Amino acid sequence: MKSRVVITGVGAVTPLGVGAATLHSRWAAGECGIEDGAARCDEFEPTEFMSAKEARRSDRFAQLAVAACAEAMEDAGWSDGLPYDGDEVGCVIGTGVGGLDSLERQHDVLRDRGAKAVSPLSVPLLMGNAASAQLAMRHGFRGQTYGVVSACAAGAHAIGSAMRMIEQGEAAAAVTGGAESAITPLAEAAFRSMGAISESGVCRPFDRRRDGFVMGEGAGVLILEDADAARRRGAEPVAELIGYGATSDAFHLTAPDPDGDGAARAIELALADAQVGAGEVSYVNAHGTSTPLNDRSETVALKTALGDEAGRVPVSSTKSAIGHLLGAAGAVEAIATAFTLRERLIAPTLGYGEPDEGLDLDYVPEGSRALGNGNGNGMLGTRAVAISNSFGFGGHNAVLCLRSA
Amino acid sequence: MATAVTTESVESKLFAALKEMGAEGEVTREATFEQLDVDSLDLVELAQVVEDEFGVELGGDDVKDLQTVGEAVDLVVAKAA
Repeated sequence: MKSRVVITGVGAVTPLGVGAATLHSRWAAGECGIEDGAARCDEFEPTEFMSAKEARRSDRFAQLAVAACAEAMEDAGWSDGLPYDGDEVGCVIGTGVGGLDSLERQHDVLRDRGAKAVSPLSVPLLMGNAASAQLAMRHGFRGQTYGVVSACAAGAHAIGSAMRMIEQGEAAAAVTGGAESAITPLAEAAFRSMGAISESGVCRPFDRRRDGFVMGEGAGVLILEDADAARRRGAEPVAELIGYGATSDAFHLTAPDPDGDGAARAIELALADAQVGAGEVSYVNAHGTSTPLNDRSETVALKTALGDEAGRVPVSSTKSAIGHLLGAAGAVEAIATAFTLRERLIAPTLGYGEPDEGLDLDYVPEGSRALGNGNGNGMLGTRAVAISNSFGFGGHNAVLCLRSA
Repeated sequence: MATAVTTESVESKLFAALKEMGAEGEVTREATFEQLDVDSLDLVELAQVVEDEFGVELGGDDVKDLQTVGEAVDLVVAKAA
């Protein structure tokens, strides 16, 4: 029988500030971290979390992961030492593009000063697995550690992979999440060139006026533990991770399948894995990028997967408050979902004002509201269930299902 | 133009570079790279700084056996001679 998995600690650095609780409380209060068409972590100061030397040897995406991990470990009660043998602890951190800023800088060095001037730190700075490598070295996670790359679904895939690792008995615990810092001139130009970035600089998911996503940066880290082991050491779970589903559209390089078939299957798989029905779902944390295509196909997918329940379930997008954290999005949004369950408070889709034809779910436009318990017919008692959707360019779909602890 | 190589100029540049790189503890001639937590990647960066500043080329074989900052300074001065 597979092990149950609980989330015992969370940490986040987002455009709403440093701290996971800050993310949810400020979002729920209607605050937005987007400024001038981008969502940066302006409050983040790397040397508050690491030495100047360590900061020099890390790309910003890995620095953000180090800070989020420190908070998650403190939250889990791991600060004074791992509660498990390091061999029993895995680490899986997703990213969209890794150390893109470092790569661009070193390319400038190569062009301007020649090959001999390229930094020996280039590869460890830019490699996509840099965040998981840094965390493993820093804290002695000696189990399976690697990065996950699936564009904007990477954070959710990482969490799903870490969850499976524990379920299969390959680790007692895993540190997982996603990190991204790719608001560089090249990335901005590239996303703009493909028409993905909002020209208005406003993220308004599911609204008729939506015109693309807003680039964001940040990191989210979660501590996952085998539920029995966590209980034995007296840990208080933040939430339980009960389901994971991942599929591919196999449809187009960047556009989601308009029928939402791959996304719907991922949602259905996550619910089946969690052994819950659509009637028990109390909340959907949407991928909700604010691109015309995503929000429409995601709506279709939710209708397919949740059936008659789709119209009842509140659906909101964290990206309306922090922009699109790309490979970190799935992790930060899973954390926001965990807080939604723990605080029993659903934060709204900010900026939503004008309905679009066919996009007729409950997008929580008016402001925060209390979390209900599914359709009221479930057997859950006071424990609520939510899902968090993540879909990446390339047609990668990953859905997580969480239950309140 | 490269800076003239003297023991003083090399010492001053290497000390500053090591501090910039975030070396642990006080940088002196006697300090070992191990004490300063300077590893092989840092030594390659140091060699790049030396070449930029003094036009003295240090290869991987030159720097891999260096133990102290003083040895590095003397090596640069000797190579320039």
